[in-house]
Amino acid sequence: MLWIICPTCGERPIPEFRFGGELPHVPDRITDDAERNLDWVWMHDNVDGVTTERWFHAAGCRRWLTLRRDTSTDRVVA
Amino acid sequence: MNEFVETLLDLPWHEPKDSYDVVIIGGGGHGLATAYYLATRHGITDVAVVEASYIGSGNTGRNTTIIRANYGIAESVRFYQHSLELYRSLEEETGCWIMHSTKGLLWLAHTESGLRAERARSLLNQACGAETVMVTPEEAKRICPQLDLSGGGRYPVLGASYHPGAATARHDRVVWAYAQGAMRRGVDILQHTPVTGLLRDGGRVVGVQTEGGPITAGIVMSAVGGRVTTIAAMADVRLPIRTHPLQALVTNAYAQGLGPIVSDSELLCYVSQTARGQMLMGAEFDSQPSYSMASSFEFLQSVATKVTSILPFLRDLRVLRQWTGICDISPDYSPIMGATGVEGLLVTTGWGTWGFKAIPAGGEAMAELIATSQTPSLIASFGLDRFARDHAMADQGSAGTR
Repeated sequence: MLWIICPTCGERPIPEFRFGGELPHVPDRITDDAERNLDWVWMHDNVDGVTTERWFHAAGCRRWLTLRRDTSTDRVVA
Repeated sequence: MNEFVETLLDLPWHEPKDSYDVVIIGGGGHGLATAYYLATRHGITDVAVVEASYIGSGNTGRNTTIIRANYGIAESVRFYQHSLELYRSLEEETGCWIMHSTKGLLWLAHTESGLRAERARSLLNQACGAETVMVTPEEAKRICPQLDLSGGGRYPVLGASYHPGAATARHDRVVWAYAQGAMRRGVDILQHTPVTGLLRDGGRVVGVQTEGGPITAGIVMSAVGGRVTTIAAMADVRLPIRTHPLQALVTNAYAQGLGPIVSDSELLCYVSQTARGQMLMGAEFDSQPSYSMASSFEFLQSVATKVTSILPFLRDLRVLRQWTGICDISPDYSPIMGATGVEGLLVTTGWGTWGFKAIPAGGEAMAELIATSQTPSLIASFGLDRFARDHAMADQGSAGTR
């Protein structure tokens, strides 16, 4: 099971959290404003590796936290 | 013949060439069906299907084999209904037994709002050519006598929609039928050939790079499942795809008796019985994106709690096997098919948890697009450009997941 260390509540199991998505990251090569907005709204890096994302501790302190997770192993790395 | 008789497939393997008219990345259902329809419908046989592992080893070999067309938007109902009809005649067309079996599907509702959503879906389905009717709890019980209408006292069944055309087929046999049909007509299938890059000439994609060397192509199509983002990134194409794990399990074999596929729109789980007698069940995908294929105890616990409330006889069975696939989930829960904005590169993705039922129609439409350069009207609404045009095809309710 994936465990997440919540800064307020400590190490808690994943069913207590809600996934809030990876942090949007628009590549620099996209320069047109409209295209940047489109990318920001819809597109994902969806990397097979370490990603930075938001989680909401819904069944705990009800705060948002940012963490880094390795999607190839589904483990939190920082 | 019974369904356990295996016949040797006629698969002519060839040495790969260094150039093809069409190279398809991904030897799953969608990739092989596209190759098959290119060869049979359009006479295009200078085609290679490049597969990183063995054919059907990805999501096609891991899915739960349900074929249905009860979707919630008109474009999807028409598309999946066409697919359902192609599946019905696939054995006759390919000469391969795919163990197609029409079972019907009960889609249970437990709340007034759920019932209203099912009623809306039935009306839309009927208007678009897919038969779906509303049934009372008593009628649902007649269709599936094992149902507990009280839902274990917690989830009383208020009604259901019934989709009599729903079916199942053996997923591996579907893969083999398309592979055999395509290879007999001259298509090359290159197994254990991971694509490591895309060959580019200016802005155009002109082939694929593999460990065995480059292969040039007039058109490259990605029919890759969960790892589609990696392939698209090789051509600087950005996709609105997130890769989520989807788990499923089967129990030990049990006497044939569960007639229809039983699905639950609010508990978000489904059960069907395989030809071998095993009860095959699944639920929603894991909430966080991941490429890990680890199975989890939470899934086992949650799906068991849900399915035993509506089908209590399942309590007496044992779990035989649990597994995970990684799904390409689109933001509007509809597929993405067609141009990518990069010349020479086409994509069929966003198949999420609903890709198996779409294999024939998806393959046929992509083959037509490749052969004629015209997007077939059946899939015109499912282009990647729909997000830029603000015409997302939101249909999460019909994916049976959240």
